[in-house]
Amino acid sequence: MDLDASDADAAFRAEARAWLAAHVPATPLPSLETREGFAAHRAWEHRLAADRWSVVSWPEEYGGRGASLFQWLIFEEEYYAAGAPGRVSQNGINLLAPTLFEHGTPEQRARILGPMATGEVIWAQAWSEPEAGSDLASLRSPAVRTDGGWLLRGQKTWSSRAAFADRAFGLFRSEAGTPRPHQGLTYLMFPLDAPGVTVRPIGRLDGKPAFAELFLDDVFVPDEDVIGAPGQGWRVAMSTAGNERGLTLRSPGRFTAAADRLAALWREAADPADTALRDRVADAVIGARAYQLFTYATASRLADGAGVGAESSLNKVFWSELDIALHETALDLLGPAGTLADDADEAPAHGSWAEGYTFSLAGPVYAGTNEIQRNIIAERLLGLPKEARG
Amino acid sequence: MRFLLTEEQRDFARTLNALLGAAGTPAAARAWAAGEHKPGRDLWTRLAETGVFALAVPEEHEGLGPLPLELAVAFTELGRHAVPGPLVETAAAAVFLHRLGDGAAAAAWLPRIAAGDALVGLCADGAPYALDADAADTVLVVRGDTVCRTEAHGPVQPALDPARRLSRPLGGTVLARGPHVTAAAGHAADLARLLTAAQALGVGRALLDATVDHVRQRTQFGRAIGSFQAVKHRLADTLIGLEFAQPLVHAAALALAAGAPSAGAETAAAKAAAGEACYAAARTALQLHGAVGYTDEPDLSLWIRKARPLRDAWGTPAACRARVLAG
Repeated sequence: MDLDASDADAAFRAEARAWLAAHVPATPLPSLETREGFAAHRAWEHRLAADRWSVVSWPEEYGGRGASLFQWLIFEEEYYAAGAPGRVSQNGINLLAPTLFEHGTPEQRARILGPMATGEVIWAQAWSEPEAGSDLASLRSPAVRTDGGWLLRGQKTWSSRAAFADRAFGLFRSEAGTPRPHQGLTYLMFPLDAPGVTVRPIGRLDGKPAFAELFLDDVFVPDEDVIGAPGQGWRVAMSTAGNERGLTLRSPGRFTAAADRLAALWREAADPADTALRDRVADAVIGARAYQLFTYATASRLADGAGVGAESSLNKVFWSELDIALHETALDLLGPAGTLADDADEAPAHGSWAEGYTFSLAGPVYAGTNEIQRNIIAERLLGLPKEARG
Repeated sequence: MRFLLTEEQRDFARTLNALLGAAGTPAAARAWAAGEHKPGRDLWTRLAETGVFALAVPEEHEGLGPLPLELAVAFTELGRHAVPGPLVETAAAAVFLHRLGDGAAAAAWLPRIAAGDALVGLCADGAPYALDADAADTVLVVRGDTVCRTEAHGPVQPALDPARRLSRPLGGTVLARGPHVTAAAGHAADLARLLTAAQALGVGRALLDATVDHVRQRTQFGRAIGSFQAVKHRLADTLIGLEFAQPLVHAAALALAAGAPSAGAETAAAKAAAGEACYAAARTALQLHGAVGYTDEPDLSLWIRKARPLRDAWGTPAACRARVLAG
């Protein structure tokens, strides 16, 4: 058991650090949940991709570096420690791409991954519906068979990044009346500017259009944009759901970097006699370190050939609650300035604490609510009996 | 990097778990609480045969160590089975005596510690009470830059965990004085913090396992109470606390083994997280066992009562958090 970096990993870290030091914008970009910020973040993705830093873990043929999981974790640590911008392409890179690697055709990978890596095409997620949130398998929006493809109807909602994104991926009901709701679903991709698509942005808590409703009126999707077999959408989607909950959506580097900044803020600004606040700062530092080490252990198991199953639910609950506690502590440390919105002229740290706080509040909700995660932990990891459901 | 226990380390844990599971540790813990030390000392001898105490003793004194990671693995199992006695203190005393550089004291005590033949109390870190001084063969008392050795102690004070017998050490002869005493004591306290954290992890795991078994079997309103969401979520949180404390314990052990400058902060982080997770597990166990969890007779009480003192021994959560931020 060790925590020692190999020579190759140490060299990789040094290379990433040097590149980031030379290229990370000196002041943070505007929030990626605004039109202006979205465009700036897209340009940043392009900059990353130009030097092959946008998708380090992908094979070289798709714009990556074939980096190992440990190297990806190292990149993420360096990325957030450098104060680099949030990743506007994360839905595509972290959710759609793993699905394409596992279930896509070579043609799909060749066509889709390159523009995803450069930020030329930014992807939104179209899972939830007004009546299908935690109970995602109850979704109803149909995909109706037509010549050479499918016609999408119905409504999707809480679709992250959809206000400004180019394309979306989601699950649709291609067969009605199946014995179980998880059957008869198909995984499809479609352009957000296609005829029949209406995008209505939804303001998140601070009003910024972080997601959108999608109204679909006979939107044509060719067969080449179906991932996996029709009717197998649930299996296709769930095979990579662990990515979303677990380490690839929210890598430890985000939290270790934020905790380091919080500890620095505490040293600069805090009243040493306020031990209650000190304890919360320490808990954020301890929590970020715990998440980092837990992830190293997971990565070690993966390197041994093991899989990640329900354990990803432990990650999801832990990082989402850590993120909120960490940002609440930062706002308390900042006092009155901590009440300013991220786009206020006088917002501390260019609004990064305020933006991080607002962003963190959604963590326990998306990617499967923490209530659902706790059910999964209790039933699949602890072996408790299932609760009667609907 | 490979941040996973080796097969050998996992085998060692399994061996200890099997040995202790068959050894009747609850009875030994209850006897210990009544001041009857024989079953506990017999247990101690059997543990020594597996090499547990030798892990704290350097090879030159008939030991195998010091090996902080293997010790942490072992102490998790000791906690899992509620083994009584000054376990942490004896291991830390071994490291202290070795670091002190007093050849005579080391030669006198370290081989005996390795063999499971000596229980050594260690009263340091500002603690007023010595743990299990009435059972110990000797007690080392560190105050400032001075260390004394004594066998005398005041009356045993009843404690919330009766298996932890607390008394004030009395008198003693000065063993050494100077900055090297402070340095050795600091190092011993780091190891004690680590091993208390490891023990707390084991106590927490045992409490979680017992409670999961209980809620699967206990039926109310016509169904197992473990099917209710309020029960599930509390147990899920208990598991999360323990799962994320464990890697902190292992990393702190690696830091200590490497003599890394971060070892003090890392052992403190491990102690704060494991102590809190263990205590939360005890509260969960008490609550989900209902009135049974509030009673002395079931052996569960041995673990429930252990959680709180372990949370506070060798650094309260507040002290540990302050240490984390001190770097």
